Amino acid sequence: MPFYVSPEQVMKDKADYARKRISQIRSGVVMTCDAGILMVAPNPSRALRKFSEMYDRIAFAAVGRYNEFETLRKAGVRYADMTGFQYDRRDVTARGLADWYGQLLGSLFTDSNKPYEVEIVVAEVGKTAADDEIYRITFEGSVADERDFVVIGGQADKVAGIIKEQYSPDISLRNAMRLAIASLAGQEDGNQNEPVTASQLEAALLERSRPHRAFRRLTGPRLDALLSGSDGAGSDSASSDSAGSPGASPKGAGPTGKAASNGATSDAADAPWTEGEDDGSASDSGDSDGG
Amino acid sequence: MGGIEPQARWQASAFLAAGSSSFADFLTAAAPELLPRGLRADGVRTDGTAQSWPGPTGSGHAGPGAADIPHGTTIVTAVCDGGVVMAGDRRATAGNMIAQRDMEKVFRGDEYTCVGISGVAGISVDMVRLFGVELEHYEKLEGRSLSLEGKANRLAGLVRNNLAGAMQGLVAVPLLAGYDEETGTGRIFSFDPTGGRYEEQRFFSIGSGSVFARGSLKKLYRDGMSVQDVALVLMQALYDAADDDSATGGPDMSRRIYPTVAIVTQDGFERLSDEQAGQYAQTVVSERMQDPDGPGAPLRPPVS
Repeated sequence: MPFYVSPEQVMKDKADYARKRISQIRSGVVMTCDAGILMVAPNPSRALRKFSEMYDRIAFAAVGRYNEFETLRKAGVRYADMTGFQYDRRDVTARGLADWYGQLLGSLFTDSNKPYEVEIVVAEVGKTAADDEIYRITFEGSVADERDFVVIGGQADKVAGIIKEQYSPDISLRNAMRLAIASLAGQEDGNQNEPVTASQLEAALLERSRPHRAFRRLTGPRLDALLSGSDGAGSDSASSDSAGSPGASPKGAGPTGKAASNGATSDAADAPWTEGEDDGSASDSGDSDGG
Repeated sequence: MGGIEPQARWQASAFLAAGSSSFADFLTAAAPELLPRGLRADGVRTDGTAQSWPGPTGSGHAGPGAADIPHGTTIVTAVCDGGVVMAGDRRATAGNMIAQRDMEKVFRGDEYTCVGISGVAGISVDMVRLFGVELEHYEKLEGRSLSLEGKANRLAGLVRNNLAGAMQGLVAVPLLAGYDEETGTGRIFSFDPTGGRYEEQRFFSIGSGSVFARGSLKKLYRDGMSVQDVALVLMQALYDAADDDSATGGPDMSRRIYPTVAIVTQDGFERLSDEQAGQYAQTVVSERMQDPDGPGAPLRPPVS
């Protein structure tokens, strides 16, 4: 180790390290659509999640090193629940959380030897698309207020460019899913025409119309319906979803092991972590697509 | 005690360091002043000072102020076909005064549980609020809901934390009822001030009017009743409790303040609207105009 390193050099090294690592991770997309805020990212894992519920109408999205963003996620849930408990549920906002994450990541960047190799988004669904809030927080704690959509991870510019061409603020859920998948496929150097299946990606939605907890994972029949609809209309994924067998059982059985049946009221309907059946609540009509 | 230094409570380390998925444990370490009463079970405040209450209370020694804290109630619950129903009266008393006519005493714990409260209102409501956040917190951190027994255990822990207060006369005891996804049935858990947890079968009641409600439930309840029938049985039981306990309020037909009724089934938690509860109340009240003591139970079983 050198006897003395200038602070400027230390900071630059840390930042370069983090940027380099982040540029190697696969991107995720957070996008406002008419049904709410859609989150999509490639994720072959059945259990490890990039998108999570943070509070009633707030979601957390992250790419990067799993154990690091899991630590951040859990800390954020504690902070959100503490704030909501101490004041009121309505007093927990994405903006407050984003500020807090900025402080947290900023001091982590400065104080620790290795910066966190993560990029995170805190999103809050509003009453209308114009009220939706999306905040992106970088590894060094800078907070950016994004409009309409944001891409995090490596090759973010490239992916964002694809989205920008076709995006409009009143885009339907089905088209938003199609657009997100198309843009994410663009970042792989591999086969762009390979149809995307439910088992390869993670998708979640902050549903605008849900009264209490808006966060819903898109899995099982609901996801398959969105994907098959998107393939029918899309130009990038030429073939239908048959290669991915859309009728296959959803990504892993739910915690209770019961098979999903769309529309049936089932157990743990409100648990955001239920795989397969994402909700059975009677208030949900028009389940398969919000567009 | 172990945990986080007071000056570090709101610092990032408090949120990053905590290992447990329990919100109550997190508050104990990071912000104990937010806990109901801010006390540990041994009666010492978490900041080290000894507790002091507004005057000695407890059996037979009502101190100044102790009688003015709202308490008193009847909560009834019973298992129905496919779930469980809970109902609670609306009256809060402070001494001989009615402190509140429309108090809510039955709350949603989470999608598959409901909690009724009895005893000192302020502490009970705080406890239920903390319980609700505790369940949601665990679910968000762990990615799964607690089992019903796990939820009952957590609530028992919260009751246990109030033991010092209970020994001073400020008792807060809940009643938990929920839908167990594994068995597909409703289940009932009662508690005592030490945090003991007891599973009850078929029906149960807590509060100052519970002795009267329980007699009524004994005679009217049948196994395998539908949700609607159980709701009516509970309404009858609450009426009987209000008939004999001054701290329990009957349905207020003129103000349209009816007992709170909550239903938990596989479809989740549902609180009946005022109109729906009002219909059950109206049925009971109309019948009582003819038979003030309510439906009679047959003295001998029917000849079959």
